[in-house]
Amino acid sequence: MSRLGWGRGLLFAAMGLFLLAPLVVVAGVSLNAKKRLFFPPEGLSLRWYLRAFEDPGWRQAIENSLLLAALSALVAVSIALPVAYLLWRRRWRLVRMLFVAGVAPFMLPPVITALGLMIFWATLGLYGRFENLVLSHGIFLVALPLITLKLGFDSIDPEVVEAARTLGADDRRLFATVLWPLVRPYALSGYAFAFVLSLNEYIIAYMVAGFTVETLPIKIFNALRYGYSPVMAAVAVGFVLVAGLVFGLFARFGDLPRMMGRLR
Amino acid sequence: MKADRSAPPGHIQRLLLLYPGVLLAALFGLPFLIMLAVSVFRRQVEAFYEPAFTLANYAKLLEPLYLERLLFSLWIAALVATVSILVAVPFAWLLARSAHRTQSLWLVALLAVLSLSEVIVGFAWSLLLSRTAGLSNLLVWLGLLDQPRAWTPGFGAMLAGYLYLVLPYAVLTLYPAASRVDPELAEAARTLGASELRAFLTVVVPVLRPAMTAGWILSFVFTLGVYLIPQILGRPQHWTLSVLITDQAVYQSNLPLAAALAAVLLAASLLLIALAGRAGGSGRRA
Repeated sequence: MSRLGWGRGLLFAAMGLFLLAPLVVVAGVSLNAKKRLFFPPEGLSLRWYLRAFEDPGWRQAIENSLLLAALSALVAVSIALPVAYLLWRRRWRLVRMLFVAGVAPFMLPPVITALGLMIFWATLGLYGRFENLVLSHGIFLVALPLITLKLGFDSIDPEVVEAARTLGADDRRLFATVLWPLVRPYALSGYAFAFVLSLNEYIIAYMVAGFTVETLPIKIFNALRYGYSPVMAAVAVGFVLVAGLVFGLFARFGDLPRMMGRLR
Repeated sequence: MKADRSAPPGHIQRLLLLYPGVLLAALFGLPFLIMLAVSVFRRQVEAFYEPAFTLANYAKLLEPLYLERLLFSLWIAALVATVSILVAVPFAWLLARSAHRTQSLWLVALLAVLSLSEVIVGFAWSLLLSRTAGLSNLLVWLGLLDQPRAWTPGFGAMLAGYLYLVLPYAVLTLYPAASRVDPELAEAARTLGASELRAFLTVVVPVLRPAMTAGWILSFVFTLGVYLIPQILGRPQHWTLSVLITDQAVYQSNLPLAAALAAVLLAASLLLIALAGRAGGSGRRA
């Protein structure tokens, strides 16, 4: 390890600087005392953080985004759980097709899914409804709980299942007493993943209901066009903190390297 | 033994499929089919579109304006994917050799950045490259620059924003393969007298080549999907196909043209993802 020495240190430092620099500036700007975007900040104040909650427009956007993320992540997990379970339990072709269909929207450029959903809701004459947005995000984000749950089911020790069967457990009982407790952490991480990504998602929210439901990313982008304000920086810091917190919890309570595909 | 798969199919399990099946078919399958249908329809401003069969929307792609955007999109995607992979390969390999705790920490950082909205990334970089809050102030303070300057919007700013989105993605696609490389391979090369860098280039890189190809293609597709960075950090001449699709659909109310452009993007992406699957697949067997 030591012989990798300075080259490794240099690359890691450069990457760290590249990833951190814009975030540091955003955090600095959010602390400005006056309504100016200086870095380093002139005077220190947390008023822009308060403003994000006091201003009715920002407050509404925060509520919209949190509700959307909470509900659409639930939709995503509820679709992913039966697919992941049956993928493990049965070798049905249809299940494998559903798995691919669930992962696909996430692999493709999101603008394609966004346009598809926009045309779909417009054709139904249901453009711009919050419920549609929840379903649209739910479908788009199925990939995440699907992948974490597949990982969860695959990691179940076959001998545990065998033992439960020998003791006479049927499918339902096996699921309730053995499988669900084992895959619950994976369902939870899938939910958290989907929650964070729904919170940050712009294009689908914009094309499905952009003119009627203002989510936080949409609000920030609209605000960008009318000039910058430190409130935007404060909200952006909130996004970074939520993402850092969620993935930090993954690392704390789970094996993040294994989850991201490490085998050794 | 896994669960008993030879057992007679249960009715409850079939019913269980109904819910995800119906939702995925209705909200994923159907919208794609409608979109493909609309791509051959005619534009009709009041009603979004009117049924017809015309290839005029696809023919538009051959007009200089659209052709230029298409070529620019491909060029920027190739550039960003190449730079990202070149940095991501040594980074992923060194990361996979690090202590478990170090790896966890970096993965948290990479995932957090990757999950950030393009709006946030664009906003953050436009601040960093701005005149009042930006990097140029630091350079003035250091005496390297006469007065603060704004570097955004511009091609460089856009490139930085792109790399900020794609680099973590490239690292995370290479990480599984990098962690599977036997560390003793490079060790053996060094024992035979090769330098650290030489061992990496002649032993590790060839082993990682299939994963690099797959990672490059996935990063390419990922870059094609970026839609806000060119609008926030670039100028109109930097707009890509993804921006054009949104623009046609939302501002020009030309759903058929947007659908045709999206269909082309879809076809290109599917083809590339299939290629990436083959490249990555052959690597796993090796």
